[in-house]
Amino acid sequence: MTELPQAMIDTVTRAADWVLVLPIVLALMGAAALLVVRRSNRLPVLGAVLVILAIIACEISLLLDVLSEGPLSMTMGKWLPPFGISLTADLFGAAFALAAAVVTLVVVLYAEIDREGNEGRDGFHSMVLLLLAGVTGSFLTGDLFNLYVWFEVMLIASFGLIVSGGTPLQLDGAVKYGFLNFLATTLFLLALGLTYGLLGTLNMADIMRVAPEANRAAMTGIAALLLLAFGMKAAAFPLNAWLPASYHTPTAAVSALFAGLLTKVGAYALLRSLVAILPDSRDVLEPVLAVLAIATLVIAPLGAIAETHLRRAVGFFVIGGIGAILAGLSLPNVIGIAGAGIYIFHAILAMTALYMVVGLVEKRTGASDTRQMGGLYAASAPLSILFFVLILAVAGVPPFLGFWPKLLLLEAGVADAELGWVGGAVVVALVINAVLTLIAGTRLWSHVFWRNGPEGQPASGEPMALVAPTPRVRLAFGAVSALVAGVVLIGLWPNPLIEVGQRAAADIVDPGRYVEAVGLAGVEP
Amino acid sequence: MDYVLAALVGVFVSLGIYLLLSRSVIRMLIGMTILGNGVNLLIFTAGRVTREVAPIVPPGLDVPMGPIANPLPQALILTAIVIGFSMFSFLLVLAFRAYKSLDADNTDTMRLAEPENAPQPPLSY
Repeated sequence: MTELPQAMIDTVTRAADWVLVLPIVLALMGAAALLVVRRSNRLPVLGAVLVILAIIACEISLLLDVLSEGPLSMTMGKWLPPFGISLTADLFGAAFALAAAVVTLVVVLYAEIDREGNEGRDGFHSMVLLLLAGVTGSFLTGDLFNLYVWFEVMLIASFGLIVSGGTPLQLDGAVKYGFLNFLATTLFLLALGLTYGLLGTLNMADIMRVAPEANRAAMTGIAALLLLAFGMKAAAFPLNAWLPASYHTPTAAVSALFAGLLTKVGAYALLRSLVAILPDSRDVLEPVLAVLAIATLVIAPLGAIAETHLRRAVGFFVIGGIGAILAGLSLPNVIGIAGAGIYIFHAILAMTALYMVVGLVEKRTGASDTRQMGGLYAASAPLSILFFVLILAVAGVPPFLGFWPKLLLLEAGVADAELGWVGGAVVVALVINAVLTLIAGTRLWSHVFWRNGPEGQPASGEPMALVAPTPRVRLAFGAVSALVAGVVLIGLWPNPLIEVGQRAAADIVDPGRYVEAVGLAGVEP
Repeated sequence: MDYVLAALVGVFVSLGIYLLLSRSVIRMLIGMTILGNGVNLLIFTAGRVTREVAPIVPPGLDVPMGPIANPLPQALILTAIVIGFSMFSFLLVLAFRAYKSLDADNTDTMRLAEPENAPQPPLSY
């Protein structure tokens, strides 16, 4: 009998490490439990709020743990990594998961405006929790195949949300959304099969160790395939057509959830797979990333300027934000990656809030096209302030949250002379994007809020008749205001966030601590 | 054997992409399925096709005798097949509902969410 290397974990998992898996478990169990009580009027929303509060508590504790001790890892089924599936949280993953849970809480409260007389029967709250489970799992997983599974969990929940209601408009949007997202995950699976064939492992930390010795051309091919698949999920130009075609079809709450979470998961997967796991292949693809970033940054706000449908125009802002994240991925120093990461954090909060404010505008005016809106400033000044603040935050005007990650990106592009044309071109594109976004956003604002009434109405005419707010609209307004206040406050005190972002980026650039946390440091491949 | 399977994967993927480029929703669905099966076959091939025995440890031993087949790709494919099938059935129902309520099974005529004659953007600021 020869001595076998150890393959099983024989120590008990530390009680504190369970916070890593608890958010996902809570979300999945909560989704199942809410399905049971869906016939009740109050229980689904109350249950959803309680479950999400528990998830937020777990994730705060997880974030504090990761802040003090570095990346945290837990492997399922007692198998040692790389055999068991690892969940691994680093600072970026933990922070994004927390932001995702917070916006989901706000959306659940906000969604009450559309649920009069239809409290829980369509399983809305279950699907929201299932979506949150998929998103949280994607942020916290340390295994590429597991990431694929979480993508599919997220996808099937989003299918349910986008068609619930079943109007012809939603079916039209869902067909385009469904096909392109399913195609993206299939391409991701294709890349996974090739990775497994080449390296024999799908554990992220393990790939970091063995990828440098693999065939470079083959690894670059895999990275390009991953870029295609995640680029499609993230709606980067030229793979963005599905987003403005579908995000305006469901209710505003669902749109907000999608805009805040789904594309950001795609962007996070790009950050994780290209920069952290396959940095050598990223260096080869750097010009491609830079061109994609520049094209997305410039074209998305032009789409917003050319659009009269309010929610479709806002969809182009979401795409523009993806361009900023891609810009960070093409500037591979610590500052650039910190900028990309903080931008993802900002976009999760700000894009969700923006869609929710737009939903309130639609509720008050009863229209969805900016040509039929106007004069909202006179009716609701607070609403116009929220919209304006978010436009400035999205465009990246100081002192709001969106300014700081863009500042880091500009610094990263200027500071590194080795980048060549990429640095300069990305910096110029970022500035153009900010100006164009500001033009598109303020133009929307002046059309919706500032002018007297709908298009064609003379300046002396009566102000537009607006729908009076119901108590549910007031609740939704309060929830959105709290989220916007958070965006403003973090923007006013950005130092902790920037510091955390730079520490997280340092761990991405030098994955030593990540590999050590998984337990693979020093082990022979 | 590996080469035959690799070539077959290539045929499946190209067929799938060809059908996905079609405008008819049903042809696109069939394309998705063929593409998905091509990917499953690729994972199977990536796990190395061998003539070894099943990965079962005989009673009384700690390790299997001699080389065994790799069980992991099969676990991966099983997951992928289940997910792919559920997605396919959802999209099939969705396409049917879209056909019934939009009277369109063609992506060119399915323009409700993005009207073809969209108005010009306002010229005022």
